[in-house]
Amino acid sequence: MRGIIATGTHLPHRRLERAAVAAFFGKGGGSGARTVASFDEDTTSMGAEAARAAVASAPDVGIAALWFATASPAYLEKTNASAIHATLRLDASVPAFDFGGAHRSGIGALCTALGAGSTTLVVASDSRGGLATSADESQGGDGAAALVIGDDTAGPVIAEFIGGASVTDEFLERWRVPGGDRSRTWEDRFGEVAYAPLMEQAWTAALANTALAVDDIDTLVVAGTHARAVARNVRKLGVDAERIGDDLSGTVGNTGAAHPLLVLATAVEAAGPGETIALMALADGVDVLIVRTTDAVASYRAARPVATQIEGGAPIDYATFLSWRGMVAIEPPNRPLPNRPSAAAAHRRDNWKFGFVGSRDRSSGMVHLPPARVSEKGGAVDDMDEVPMADVRGTVVSFTVDKLAYSPSPPVVFAVVDFDGGGRAPLELTDVDADEVVVGMRVEPTFRRLFTADEIHNYFWKVRPVREARV
Amino acid sequence: MASHGIKDKVAIIGVGCVPFTEHWEKSLDDLIIDGAKATYESAGVSQDEVDAFWFGTSQSAASGLAMGGPLKIHGKPISRVENYCATGSEAMRQAAYAVASGAYDVVMALGAEKVKDGGYQGLNAFPIPTDGTQRTLTAAAMFAMILPAYAEKYGLDVDEIRYSVAKIAEKNHFNGARNPLAQFRRETSAEQICQMAAVAGRLSVFDCAGVADGAAGVIMCRAEDAHKYCDDPLYIKALSFVAGTGAGSLDPDYDYTTLTECKWSADDAYAQAGVADPRNEIAVAEVHDCFTPTELVLMEDLGFSAPGEAWQDVLNGDFNLDGRLPVNTDGGLKSFGHPVGASGLRMLYEVWLQLRGQAPEERTMVDNGRSLGLTHNLGGYPGEMVSFVGIYGTELG
Repeated sequence: MRGIIATGTHLPHRRLERAAVAAFFGKGGGSGARTVASFDEDTTSMGAEAARAAVASAPDVGIAALWFATASPAYLEKTNASAIHATLRLDASVPAFDFGGAHRSGIGALCTALGAGSTTLVVASDSRGGLATSADESQGGDGAAALVIGDDTAGPVIAEFIGGASVTDEFLERWRVPGGDRSRTWEDRFGEVAYAPLMEQAWTAALANTALAVDDIDTLVVAGTHARAVARNVRKLGVDAERIGDDLSGTVGNTGAAHPLLVLATAVEAAGPGETIALMALADGVDVLIVRTTDAVASYRAARPVATQIEGGAPIDYATFLSWRGMVAIEPPNRPLPNRPSAAAAHRRDNWKFGFVGSRDRSSGMVHLPPARVSEKGGAVDDMDEVPMADVRGTVVSFTVDKLAYSPSPPVVFAVVDFDGGGRAPLELTDVDADEVVVGMRVEPTFRRLFTADEIHNYFWKVRPVREARV
Repeated sequence: MASHGIKDKVAIIGVGCVPFTEHWEKSLDDLIIDGAKATYESAGVSQDEVDAFWFGTSQSAASGLAMGGPLKIHGKPISRVENYCATGSEAMRQAAYAVASGAYDVVMALGAEKVKDGGYQGLNAFPIPTDGTQRTLTAAAMFAMILPAYAEKYGLDVDEIRYSVAKIAEKNHFNGARNPLAQFRRETSAEQICQMAAVAGRLSVFDCAGVADGAAGVIMCRAEDAHKYCDDPLYIKALSFVAGTGAGSLDPDYDYTTLTECKWSADDAYAQAGVADPRNEIAVAEVHDCFTPTELVLMEDLGFSAPGEAWQDVLNGDFNLDGRLPVNTDGGLKSFGHPVGASGLRMLYEVWLQLRGQAPEERTMVDNGRSLGLTHNLGGYPGEMVSFVGIYGTELG
């Protein structure tokens, strides 16, 4: 049996109420809310958070390959998956590959992993937007999803892959050139008409390939950036309306390359044993995957369930949203821009910078963050064990709000954090309003992009308030 | 640990200081020349009579050439010294030890900093290539962490502590207003400061040291030679320096209500000088008030206040010109300004004036019958700093 072993998702903390767009511009927006990546998040950091959640949901499963897909890569040429690989501290022998560029690369990576043989962590992440008042701005969302795909010999499969079908067609419905500031689309009706027969063809083939009838499908979830094609054409597939799963357009928005994995993870996390779930993804063709949940899903607990993340979050005002997206430039503190990090210095400390691994002195037990060779207590030299801190929670000992320091989004909120079980580090607080910080606040590490200098993204860890109960 | 000190071995025979301000018309070379000139004049010594030089600058220049070039010092040793904001004191310490060792007869330490050419307010660190994981907070934000921690530890309202540290700024502005060399010469009230917008934690810009260009210097010789040059020299009683390990950002035992390295250096200095009761033996202290909370906790770390009581002593006016132990009688970093490499020697300049009765009449401190002055100069942040404490007296023995 092969299928989904674990799910992990990351929805950014901030949510934009779409009505805020029309309130400002007099048009655009709509109803509901969309997720908004923080100024310190990109597709790589969000992917890392989703990947960490997936691994935490199946901690004993050995990952043999890491695949990362996005249509908004932080880097071209340089692999982005390797940063996620480093945050997970996977063995060097585990390959990390990017599936880049097209929205279809997300579902493509998932389809390929399901058809391959090794235990593969498929991560898809995207950040979607457009010009102010555009449909892409309000209907897009930011987020990431990760699925551990493997055989039941690697770990309990919670949703078995039964089969599916793909249909490919070349037509110009949505496009963006490298470096382009926004996506372009052909007129709406064209896509709706073009997708309709592709959806029917893929759907019919998938049912035939799996020897299932329409009524055997308990839930169909459809993901696609063409909202009309998704909403209207799906009615022609013969699936009862009550069996159409939530595509998260009202609460999250469409997360592009990540969306098929995100809605599939959502459906699987909500399902009981023996449910048949079909995923249909629209992107330059149509892909259909059908999975059936197993008995193992009954005892499965996602480390960070989608439902909890959807319920959580906090609003962001439209002005801040525009500044985070680079659409309105805000006067920064009059301080020098940060220097680019040294590639050589960073490489020597990958395990700290990406893995958040400190060291524990064997004689005194003191935890050193960053890792040290000489102990602060007792002075023992080169007698330390690695101590991974990425999943360790901590408490704010003191904090400060700095309106003078450089930040992509001032002010900087900074805290001295004492971690459970030992170790202290001064770290930036994120996903927080400055006035909600108090001494004693509980926090947890989160992987972020501190700033970008000379086209080098400087990734490191921050802490965020603990908002979700750990399962 | 042996820290014997050099009590009564070295004499200070002249101290000079230029006005600290935004010297838009003066270069680093100008500051060095003016600072050296003031120092030579104070000591009544010519440049040719000085055997060796120590030049302290944090970020304005590198190597002894930066001093030798403008002053045209030929054929003599010049060491460039850097130790964060304690650079000036460190230059003086090295020079004093060179005299005490017998290597030289007459030495000069000069500190100078040109900070206003950078284009940004505040101080900006020299960029060293790193892995990018170091925090990039301002010093103001780092020192601002003292307030909530101090309030928490002693069960006080943060507003009370905030007002208390504003009183420190009020005092230092009062003193600076009476100092013709100071950068800020306007009095301000604690109430006004509390109403200002916060820029870092609870601190406003008026809780921060002034950022100024400036230079200050000292000339020293062996104690037994002092009266060849000077009728009323000062004698070095203690020089202590402690560099931390950055333990405060590492060790959960550190609580941000004390500056450990400062306490260590103070204890060492008192031992060197034979001071058993600093509250009642020190006549005047110049301390590193880079931010108002720094001076607050320094009162405790230097033994001038009991732990948890400095905030009350400040409100009592204990450290005012007419208080029981005047502190920062020249206005401190707050009002005098903080040209990094010069500040430690600026502190010494005020002790030089006060102990010898040469301070201007309007900022004459209370006559408490004591003869010891103290300078305290730190660099870094709470939990990760270097600290210097020097003690000087008018009498031998």
